[in-house]
Amino acid sequence: MTEDGFSGKAAIAGIGATEFSKNSGRSEWRLACESVLAALDDAQIGVEEVDGFALFTMETNPEIAVARALGIPELTFFSRIPHGGGGACAPVQQAALAVASGVADVVVVYRAFNERSGHRFGAGPPPFAYTANTDQEYRNWINPYGLLTPAQQEAFLARLYMQKYGATSADFGRISVLSRKHAANNPKAWFYERPITLENHQNSRMIADPLRLLDCCQESDGGQALVIVSTERARDLRHPPAVISAAAQGVGPQQISMSSYYREDIDRMPEVELVARQMWHQAGVGPDQIDAAILYDAFTPMVLLQLEEYGFCGRGEAKDFIADGNLELDGRLPVNTHGGQLGEGYIHGVNGIAEGVRLVRGTSVNQPAKSVNTVLVTGGSPVPHSALVLSADH
Amino acid sequence: MSDRSQDAPSTAVPRLTVTQDNEFWFAAAREGRLEIQRCGECQTLRHPPAPSCPRCRSFVWDTVESSRRASLHSYTVIHHPPDPAFEYPLAVGLVDLAEGTRLVADVAGIPHEELEIGMVLEVGFAEHAHGEILPQLHRPSGGAA
Repeated sequence: MTEDGFSGKAAIAGIGATEFSKNSGRSEWRLACESVLAALDDAQIGVEEVDGFALFTMETNPEIAVARALGIPELTFFSRIPHGGGGACAPVQQAALAVASGVADVVVVYRAFNERSGHRFGAGPPPFAYTANTDQEYRNWINPYGLLTPAQQEAFLARLYMQKYGATSADFGRISVLSRKHAANNPKAWFYERPITLENHQNSRMIADPLRLLDCCQESDGGQALVIVSTERARDLRHPPAVISAAAQGVGPQQISMSSYYREDIDRMPEVELVARQMWHQAGVGPDQIDAAILYDAFTPMVLLQLEEYGFCGRGEAKDFIADGNLELDGRLPVNTHGGQLGEGYIHGVNGIAEGVRLVRGTSVNQPAKSVNTVLVTGGSPVPHSALVLSADH
Repeated sequence: MSDRSQDAPSTAVPRLTVTQDNEFWFAAAREGRLEIQRCGECQTLRHPPAPSCPRCRSFVWDTVESSRRASLHSYTVIHHPPDPAFEYPLAVGLVDLAEGTRLVADVAGIPHEELEIGMVLEVGFAEHAHGEILPQLHRPSGGAA
């Protein structure tokens, strides 16, 4: 780890979630409160000790509402990060910065929504899309022509990638099969005990060619929270710390939300490469030292592209890297061991961070047999991007 | 397609956000012209429109009219979810304009199995979800390509 900066100074000490379902039957506010309490209980930290929150801008349950409902008396730090799942790991960076600098001692990150029974991300633009301002102006150039959902917006990249490197729909399908295999063994997963075959994937209906239904993550109801404290304090708590040895954000050249279509190579993701560089610099490791990874899987092609941008394999080689079994539990780089957002649930990437913590603790339901000391967790791509390296405390 | 009108009586397409930076483009489109913003200092073309040139930071700009000749850079054929503003399956293309810069538009009149990256297309104009006249991609007129 680098000697200065915040690397290694903060850790995730608690994780907690509601069930992941298609209809929670409860308010999003209540899901947020339940997940925060579960994470604090996991950390064995008192609710009144929370003095910071770091959230998504898309989070509809504000920190002050959760603080009020849970009787958290004082907050000294509260921040919000834009770009949805792309920014998924960035609230943890905010929390680590706050803790490392002494601005706050106990910072909670949560994401809670009824994203299946309430507003569905896969159905069309979100409610805030209808505000005419510079933030939403980019929609002028995609929405009027029918690109309304994330799957539709990422399909251009997937199509060009297939053409350039000879990847096929079956190559994308292998990610889906792997995730569902892991989910089948995870009682928390929506698709618990429901694995799929490559044939199921190939027979699933087309959503936005080349993306089939089984290339797309779920829409889920649920909440997931994380508790971040100093590594020093985390050592005295209930679980081994998941040390935040790297945490970074990235915006690349000519970035546009979900539609950076005007760059020379639209199937390359400079914002991901930028985050990767920060990961390796901050954590003092390279891709070869990463023992397992949680790669954001809103859509399967992005797992292939991320494997390449993070340097786990060469450009265009992800299909072979996957087919060779490298992502399996006994492979070089076990990936999405909880079942991913394809299999476990879609909590906007925050449930993946919790799985990163479990891998470092050694408590995943699909814990690889090898020792797992260093885990990469990523946000959505290209969007703008974010990621974490979580490490065991040695 | 048959149950679209029951499921979604009104389109989810947001109305255009027309600003002082992009109104020239929509005004030209209404008149059937495809304009590309050009830096008044370094002449670099840019799209989508923006107030300043990302190359030289100049706020001075004018436009060039595109020949509307294009080639298909990538595409998708959308099946789900349907929106009442469109007919499905809906092909949407990302094209390289002959002058430079790219453009997204829906594709009309081409069987989807004939879509191919690199194929030559022409940018035309058609009415869209809220009555706006906006680009639409077609085979080139005059039987070229």
